[in-house]
Amino acid sequence: MLASTLDFVRRFARNRGALVGFVLVLTVIGVALAAPWMFPRNPLRIVGRPEIWPFTSWRYPLGTDSLGRDIAAMLAYGARTTLLIGLFASLTATVIGIGVGATAAYLGGWVDEVLMRCTELFQTIPNLIFVLTIVAILGQKIEYVTIAVGIVTWTPIARLTRAEFLSLRDREFVQACRAMGMGNFRIMLGEILPNALPPVIVLSSLVIAGAVLFESAVSFLGLGDPNVSSWGRLIGDGRTLIRTSWYICAVPGLAIMLTVLALNLVGDGLNDALNPKLRDR
Amino acid sequence: MAPELAPRPAPILALDQLQVSLFTRRGVLPAVDGLSLTVAPGETLAIVGESGCGKSLAALAVMRLLPEPPAKIVGGAVRFMGRDLAALSEREMQRVRGRDISMIFQDPMTSLNPVTTVGAQLVEAIRRHTDVAHGEAVNRAVELLRRVRIPDAERRLTDYPHQMSGGMSQRVMIAMAIACGPKLLIADEPTTALDVTVQAQILELMKELQATSEMGLIIITHDLGVVAEIADRVVVMYAGRKVEEAPVEALFERSLHPYTRGLLGATPSASRRRGGRLVDIAGSVPGLAELPAGCAFQNRCPDVFDRCRAERPMLAPLLPRRSAACFGAEKELSRDAAIVGA
Repeated sequence: MLASTLDFVRRFARNRGALVGFVLVLTVIGVALAAPWMFPRNPLRIVGRPEIWPFTSWRYPLGTDSLGRDIAAMLAYGARTTLLIGLFASLTATVIGIGVGATAAYLGGWVDEVLMRCTELFQTIPNLIFVLTIVAILGQKIEYVTIAVGIVTWTPIARLTRAEFLSLRDREFVQACRAMGMGNFRIMLGEILPNALPPVIVLSSLVIAGAVLFESAVSFLGLGDPNVSSWGRLIGDGRTLIRTSWYICAVPGLAIMLTVLALNLVGDGLNDALNPKLRDR
Repeated sequence: MAPELAPRPAPILALDQLQVSLFTRRGVLPAVDGLSLTVAPGETLAIVGESGCGKSLAALAVMRLLPEPPAKIVGGAVRFMGRDLAALSEREMQRVRGRDISMIFQDPMTSLNPVTTVGAQLVEAIRRHTDVAHGEAVNRAVELLRRVRIPDAERRLTDYPHQMSGGMSQRVMIAMAIACGPKLLIADEPTTALDVTVQAQILELMKELQATSEMGLIIITHDLGVVAEIADRVVVMYAGRKVEEAPVEALFERSLHPYTRGLLGATPSASRRRGGRLVDIAGSVPGLAELPAGCAFQNRCPDVFDRCRAERPMLAPLLPRRSAACFGAEKELSRDAAIVGA
């Protein structure tokens, strides 16, 4: 077990980009965790003069926005929102995706037909509009945004899981398990799923990046949770001042860009480390 | 007619006119057509035949593991210890599989789950059907590995399947199969994927395990060397039907069906004259969709005559404890009897 873990770490670290991405993601996680210590007061509170430019004040290193709120504090708390939504939306999507894909492939026949047509139905709905609709119906709360993003991003995971299950379902070891008297559910979860998981994990890590972008878009349009700080919302609030104080948009924009890039790099690294076909490259 | 069979213990398994059909686009094909056979406690039955003759499907039908669709049991009974398995529900069948009847497959390297350790899979096999704690199951797993002659058993528990050789993997598969003390073990080409030396060891192991229990054994193979090594009785199948059944010595001494003779002629053996040629059976197995009227073997048979093309030969008990489905054999034996009688 230890040896295989070490092996995994070695293969992951061989990809320089993945290492950089991993460090960046760790930094964002660190900032998110440390936010209450670094900025003990509510980040949405007005603290000073509006529109202080970054790097001009000791107290507000990243400046203040049009209302005089501390951008650094909002950025730090925004990292929490971003990561939480990214993580849980990806988790939701993965659970739905694996459930649907695995059931479709393992049971086959009309179950497969019905589930796959449903998947295609979901794929034909424009994602952003679907998210906005769900949030508009359920309400502007962070949980609902998470669920909405999960609901629109599960389809590729379902299709990938189905493909993996189809190729594994007829393998001899599955037949051997059935000959041992195992039930369908046990075989699906205990025997096939662990074999199908590596590519699904890679895709899920990429879904996190997609979820971060969705959250930003929703908040930018003003449909995010009004009580939490979020990067997308910061950009949305700052867009009216883009000609004069462009840094209000640029700072969170840069944060989004770097985080999404880092998550994608990590995904690539996971792919290299988990894909046996690429192992010896 | 041949005299009645000598009294034998009640069979563990009795197939009675088993019919398995394949539902394909080209119609319903009779993959197993009226197969009857029995296995007694402690007995080894070999089912022999070419690829596609229905021997594996018959075994899967016993386990109720037929790939459905296209295959389906359409008739007959699978009587195991008096119960008809064909009538059990899937849930009831799951309790039979692995506990009462076990099965091992052709390729041991792919029959183990590649992502879990050998020990975990053995423990799973044990705890599936017996109510023991984890620690106790681990002890039993070690003991099972020792029984199948795996050296250093404790250490092997933490190995992954890719760390084992083919022979080792097949030993593990056998250990898993006998974990719950099954009454019947079905081995579908258990040695085909293994080296010749390892083959002999695996067969030896199976004989040994069977000697210490009253386990019935069905070996499915196309290798008559394996049959000679391990079987008590042989069923020869051709195009979904049983064409001959005989005790193993009798079969090798004198086979009644020309197909069996063909198989024997195509098998190399040490007693054969050096430099002697192996004889192949001309032609190939007819597809199930285009079975001719009359005997299915007629187009490849060296002794075919008019009746074979017109009428399908039925399985008939021609000699004590043996039967064959061949008009030629019937004719020949009645001639023999006439000579003896004269």
